[in-house]
Amino acid sequence: MSPWHDNFTPPCPPAPTPSGQGECVINASSPPAVELHGITKRFPGVVANKDIAITVRKGTVHALIGENGAGKSTLMKILYGMQKPDEGTIAVDGEQVTFSSPGDAIARGIGMVHQHFMLADNLTVLENVVLGGEKLYGIGAKARKKIKEISDAYGLGVRPDALVEDLGVADRQRVEILKVLYRGAKILILDEPTAVLVPQEVDALFDNLRELKSEGLTVIFISHKLGEVLKVADDITVIRRGTTVGTADPKTATTKQLAELMVGSELPSPETRESTVTDVPMIQVQGLTLTEAGAAAAAPLTTAAPADPAAAVTVHEEPIAGRRLLDDISLTIHKGEILGIAGVEGNGQTELIEALMGMNSPDAGVISLDGEDISTVSVRKRREGGIGYIPEDRHRHGLLLEAPLWENRILGHVTEAPNSKRGILDPKAARKDTERIVREYDVRTPGIDVTAASLSGGNQQKLIVGREMSHNPKFLIAAHPTRGVDVGAQAQIWDAIRDARRAGLAVLLISADLDELIGLSDTLRVMYRGKLVAEADPATITPEQLGSAMTGAATGQLEGTEQSEDGDAR
Amino acid sequence: MMKIDKDKLIIGAAGPVLALVSSFVLTVLVLLATGLDPIEPIRLMIDNAGYSDVQVLIVNYTGILYLAALGVAIGFRMNLFNIGVEGQYRLAAMVSALVGAAVDLPGPLHILVIVLVAIATGALWAGIAGILKTTRGVSEVVSTIMLNAITTSLVAWLILPKNFGVQPAGSNDLTTGQIPESGWFPGIDMGEGGQIYGFTFVALALGVVYWFVINRTRFGFDLRATGESESAAQASGVDAKKMIITAMLISGGLAGLAGMPILLGESHTYSLAFPVGVGFTAITVALLGRNHPVGILFAALLFAFLEKASSSLDIAGYPKEITQIMQGIIVIAVVVSYELVRRYGTRRQQQKVGEELAAGGAIKTDKEVSA
Repeated sequence: MSPWHDNFTPPCPPAPTPSGQGECVINASSPPAVELHGITKRFPGVVANKDIAITVRKGTVHALIGENGAGKSTLMKILYGMQKPDEGTIAVDGEQVTFSSPGDAIARGIGMVHQHFMLADNLTVLENVVLGGEKLYGIGAKARKKIKEISDAYGLGVRPDALVEDLGVADRQRVEILKVLYRGAKILILDEPTAVLVPQEVDALFDNLRELKSEGLTVIFISHKLGEVLKVADDITVIRRGTTVGTADPKTATTKQLAELMVGSELPSPETRESTVTDVPMIQVQGLTLTEAGAAAAAPLTTAAPADPAAAVTVHEEPIAGRRLLDDISLTIHKGEILGIAGVEGNGQTELIEALMGMNSPDAGVISLDGEDISTVSVRKRREGGIGYIPEDRHRHGLLLEAPLWENRILGHVTEAPNSKRGILDPKAARKDTERIVREYDVRTPGIDVTAASLSGGNQQKLIVGREMSHNPKFLIAAHPTRGVDVGAQAQIWDAIRDARRAGLAVLLISADLDELIGLSDTLRVMYRGKLVAEADPATITPEQLGSAMTGAATGQLEGTEQSEDGDAR
Repeated sequence: MMKIDKDKLIIGAAGPVLALVSSFVLTVLVLLATGLDPIEPIRLMIDNAGYSDVQVLIVNYTGILYLAALGVAIGFRMNLFNIGVEGQYRLAAMVSALVGAAVDLPGPLHILVIVLVAIATGALWAGIAGILKTTRGVSEVVSTIMLNAITTSLVAWLILPKNFGVQPAGSNDLTTGQIPESGWFPGIDMGEGGQIYGFTFVALALGVVYWFVINRTRFGFDLRATGESESAAQASGVDAKKMIITAMLISGGLAGLAGMPILLGESHTYSLAFPVGVGFTAITVALLGRNHPVGILFAALLFAFLEKASSSLDIAGYPKEITQIMQGIIVIAVVVSYELVRRYGTRRQQQKVGEELAAGGAIKTDKEVSA
């Protein structure tokens, strides 16, 4: 038994109760781990939290579900002290508390594992764990012992001396969990922990969570994937439009019921019905290869910061010089076809997009668009030639955040009508067309003179989709087109892509959302370590099969056997 | 809608006002700390500015600063920091003076040749930094500072009598020889006050051109996009390398013009007496003017006033360096206050958009119309 929950309710007996959910009778008499009451948060631009009430029992996994943008993350930020509620009370272990910073929350035993990991790549696991918590157990042998203890107690299997950059996504997540346990957390908040994992890794994570629960810890699990929630949760609270709309018992609830609670109506589906694939190739890629530049090559165009001398010593160098980021990629997308690429992030998808856009220069390979070789053509010429681009990181590649919407409408299409004539901008026409996009693509904004930064993520994305579609692309690169977008906008973006496909557009779809990939694509390819390793028919493949191919476990033509029964209802 | 625009104006003005007020207060504090009367020198400077000859000096110096500051500002608009304006201005003034003295052409053509040589020299000198940045990744901050140092030595060497220099009889000064009268730019005679350089009006016209190029051309859009987000600009099709070189060339070309008002309007030769520090003051001017042609004009006027109205402070027993302290404080105050105002403005707009959306102030979209 570890000392940091000595003062805690005794853990559950190992024998499972008849319910099969490992519940503890003891919990009924002890105060709830967390009780939120009447939480209201007004927040500019996004859905506010409104009169939220949640009770989380000790020693349980409590799932908080809701659409993207329903207000789950805001709520958890309030619980973690990152934001202050305008109204309402928070009680931890029956005691009313107010948090003004995450430090306060940590002191009360609340820890958070963020969706985006907060680890320093060039440090070891041990160094990452002690960073900022040096006072707890020092930075040496004592800390290492503690880490081993925690890791063994919960079956995390963390190696303290491994470099974080050598770890896979699932391992990194375990380090994040260990980090909060190390700081004495008794209540863990996991923000969409499965978003970055393939199905097999999700199962392993759930084993870890059950382990934590059996040791008496409380887990708050945020998700919008219903199948997973039913598998692991003891209690479920559903949030819709910023308020709690109900609770559900995972033993009796079905994904369909949950989904309806979550959305308040019938679910949109990414499914494309009739096939519109033609046999006219629109984009053809042959033998595309890109080798990683040497470690010495710094990006020359950013304001050159002198190389950090310390980094030169500690940087862990990849032993294989010139790793292949893209390895002999060949693909063809026909008019009216959506080709989906599945893969764990960082397996070459970004590089593939950049090569197609002309933002990097591949070592070998030919790209042709509509029969024309565009391998050496500039980004601007490719865009003029009919490539539309919905970037994976809209803030970095798709928008000028501090510029007004109408200037963002010009971005990427400055040489095309209606934005300019003979080198001179036409602000009047651009503004008028921006208003059209705002209208047609349902961008919620008070006007076109506000900056892009003041819109919510979903509305920013709709503006980008509207802009790219306005130039009648022949070929659209859609990277995570609905990431971080609320359900209404998601359906609209899918509709826009489907409509364009019907009109003969070729689409390259890259997404981490397997349901989106399977539902929208006509053809599926799996990318692993810069290679297209497997092919699948979206009509028969299951997310699980796709998941194992994404880890490199399966190659070639994947044969689907049966439709997934409890696929995530999205 | 009008409301947001009014807000924009207030927020736009808040930065410079905050900077100037705080730097004024700090200067007064510095004067108090040194045991001097804090108000008297400022009163003296304002008195000075009442004389017509000082006014002409101020206007003439404004034109010089304005040109140099436009050069700095065009770099700033795409996140390039051309500290080398000083070197580009001096080298260009010298080379164009040499060429101007060496050739003899009919009136307007002679002036045109001198101006073009100045632009070309400034552009080439700045272009070195641009090429270093795009090919070797050398920061333009470092390379332009070094080019400044090289300029100092290069000019000193070129102006030696054994090279191109001319020493007027009975003088210690070194010059590059007199430009014939066909290469003089006519000014406006202000009687006792002296002459306002004719080139000052060219400077103002260039301010209009600057505005048009930045705000109304594809090139200007690409430039601004690169300044706001290099990654987004690249994804939008901007060739970053070409953009850096072009911006450096234009910046250097404008810097090269900064010497023209004096050269064409008064001195008609490059000499050791040419004003120094123009390029450095221009950086502050561009910052204070928020890289906007009108803002830069006011900032240039203010700095010309500080420079020229302070010259008689020494006689009254006050150190002239007060104005340098004030200029230095303005630099710091500008950077701090602009960032404060920017953050406040961003937050405020996000709030406003949230409020307006919550109040149903969104533009009617098709979805709603059909619903």
